[in-house]
Amino acid sequence: MIRTHVLVCGGTGCTSSGSVKIHDALVEEIAKKGLEEEVKVVGTGCFGLCALGPVVIVYPEGTFYSCVTAEDVPEIVEEHFLKGRPVQRLVYHETKAADGATTSLSETSFYKKQKRIALRNCGVINPENIDEYIAMDGYQALGKVLTEMTPDDVIQTILDSGLRGRGGGGFPTGLKWKFASGNRGNVQKYVACNADEGDPGAFMDRSILEGDPHAVLEAMAIAGYAIGADRGFIYVRAEYPIAINRLEVAIKQAREYGLLGNDIFGTGFNFDIELRFGAGAFVCGEETALMTSIEGNRGEPRPRPPFPAVKGLFGQPTVLNNVETYANSPQIILKGADWFTSMGTEKSKGTKVFALGGKITNTGLVEVPMGTTLREVIEEIGGGIPNGKQFKAAQTGGPSGGCIPASLIDTPIDYDNLLAIGSMMGSGGLIVMDEDTCMVDLARFFLDFTVDESCGKCTPCRIGTRRLLEILDKIIAGNGEMEDLDRLEELSNYIKSASLCGLGQTAPNPVLSTLRYFRDEYIAHIVDKKCPAGVCKSLLQYTIDPDKCKGCTLCARKCPVNAISGTVKQPHVIDTAKCIKCGACMDSCKFKAIYKA
Amino acid sequence: MKSLAELAAIRERMQNKVIIREGANATRVVVGMATCGIAAGARPVLNAFVEGVAASELAEKVTVTQTGCIGICQYEPVVEVYEDGKEKVTYVKLTAEKAAEIIEKHLKGGKVVEEYTIGAYRK
Repeated sequence: MIRTHVLVCGGTGCTSSGSVKIHDALVEEIAKKGLEEEVKVVGTGCFGLCALGPVVIVYPEGTFYSCVTAEDVPEIVEEHFLKGRPVQRLVYHETKAADGATTSLSETSFYKKQKRIALRNCGVINPENIDEYIAMDGYQALGKVLTEMTPDDVIQTILDSGLRGRGGGGFPTGLKWKFASGNRGNVQKYVACNADEGDPGAFMDRSILEGDPHAVLEAMAIAGYAIGADRGFIYVRAEYPIAINRLEVAIKQAREYGLLGNDIFGTGFNFDIELRFGAGAFVCGEETALMTSIEGNRGEPRPRPPFPAVKGLFGQPTVLNNVETYANSPQIILKGADWFTSMGTEKSKGTKVFALGGKITNTGLVEVPMGTTLREVIEEIGGGIPNGKQFKAAQTGGPSGGCIPASLIDTPIDYDNLLAIGSMMGSGGLIVMDEDTCMVDLARFFLDFTVDESCGKCTPCRIGTRRLLEILDKIIAGNGEMEDLDRLEELSNYIKSASLCGLGQTAPNPVLSTLRYFRDEYIAHIVDKKCPAGVCKSLLQYTIDPDKCKGCTLCARKCPVNAISGTVKQPHVIDTAKCIKCGACMDSCKFKAIYKA
Repeated sequence: MKSLAELAAIRERMQNKVIIREGANATRVVVGMATCGIAAGARPVLNAFVEGVAASELAEKVTVTQTGCIGICQYEPVVEVYEDGKEKVTYVKLTAEKAAEIIEKHLKGGKVVEEYTIGAYRK
């Protein structure tokens, strides 16, 4: 009889830090101790607290072990599973009460303010076992729509819920479904899922597919019923091998159970799903380029209208939604539109998943109700900025979004508020920056990305973004002039209004938003020839403070280009002509005698 | 799958197996499983509780877990029952048979089996 479940995170973060080894070691060690009848090891999706990975949770106690290694396993099995003494040194400190007892994970600051809908099963069930999904009310929503609701009822429920596209655009999902719903039964239609998550720093779609793949399959079948489609495609990046593998397992299991295929639940409804792999082009996350790629062509966008709901895949009406959007829909069907609208702000209902990254303590995935402030996400859930540094700005929406400065940290996050302050929701990447980040360099980083990823079909994007990058390079090199700022703005506005697809239309956003909130940093680069954050190498000089230098010669020995000279016990000097500004001297100095400015 | 009934059957069958992951319930049965407890026969007691609870309507209300040495090794196997708003009950020198009795009388019937408690034993 099983008395204990050991959940081992199998998300990408924990897998890369060795959770597979831990899983195997647990199974082996438990067998060695003869506990296989009592303790069950379950591989799950992402728990969200990736910064503490690999993560292992033991139920029913709810003991949360962080940063576990395979070497810790014998101790955990012997002490905890056999003798009932949790291994205190591995227990996450926030789940430890003063008397050593375990407190609930849901009470920790990381989880307390979260509301998990799209991520509800991630880290709870084994994604490769359809029975566990069914135990968590899986496929109930599909059963409900097929037996109790008309297709129009389904669309109305999604409309009433106010669900908006979680991929970034924020278009009402119900409207998309409604536009594609005409002429059911007479026209071949398709349901497609956009799992081509490309924003640097965003990994929520990946985690949903890895942790709860059946939720996406179920939702696509529901969409198929709503619009009258019998085929679905999931377009997923080939760089997501774990997600692909779990999707393949899930589709196979769903087919075996007859939850995909013909005559589902004996209602005569047919629906099946195929996978298509993307080769990693950012532009293929744009809906028309994605569909062109599924059709077997080079992934390039085309003008809209016609919109996919009218003329999509293979020229047929198509509903295309993002992974997270789908993951929300079965819950809306089961719990009702009113339940969903009870969360969020006036125009943005429900929750949103954010991938916290950058200079933040709790790197990971969080799901919060719309309208939660940036401060709550960063300071409370995210645990603040490490090393006592100051919060400077947060970038939302990846290369298409913009930065939010510290002065706006109390903005409630929803689609419209973010647009109003010059950023966007995007897919939900949230990169936190501290005082050591140069905002000009940040804009350059994202622009470098879009220049690489521009598909080249339209001129404003292909050439315009490159010209933007060149101007930024010039400023960073210390050769900028004040007129460059006007050029940046003018060119950005042309690119925004003239580009063919979302990639080009949003590519200048990082430039515009940093110009808006951090213009003084640009001016410092141009006029004072200084980088206030100390990032841009051309504007930096390393200097040795002769009062602090003891003449230990360590820096001179570390310098890879022999730019430092001096005699023992005498202050050393850096030859700025030779210096390549690598910073090795500063890192090695034991007397903090070297500074950059 | 040809009917909703089939889906409901799988759900029914599986729910008891994943309920453990919801975390601890209001009522907790804690079995002392340190070296002293195991040597005195705590394992069959633990198994009796796990099986007895899972096989009944108690599965949703009662959590069976283990702990280390409580400090009264001469009374092992020791089991403590925590219920919301009630005083903790400590049972001592248990066996699988006594465990079954506690499940019936105490956990289901709400009546503490006084004769197995540490208070009764010390008298």
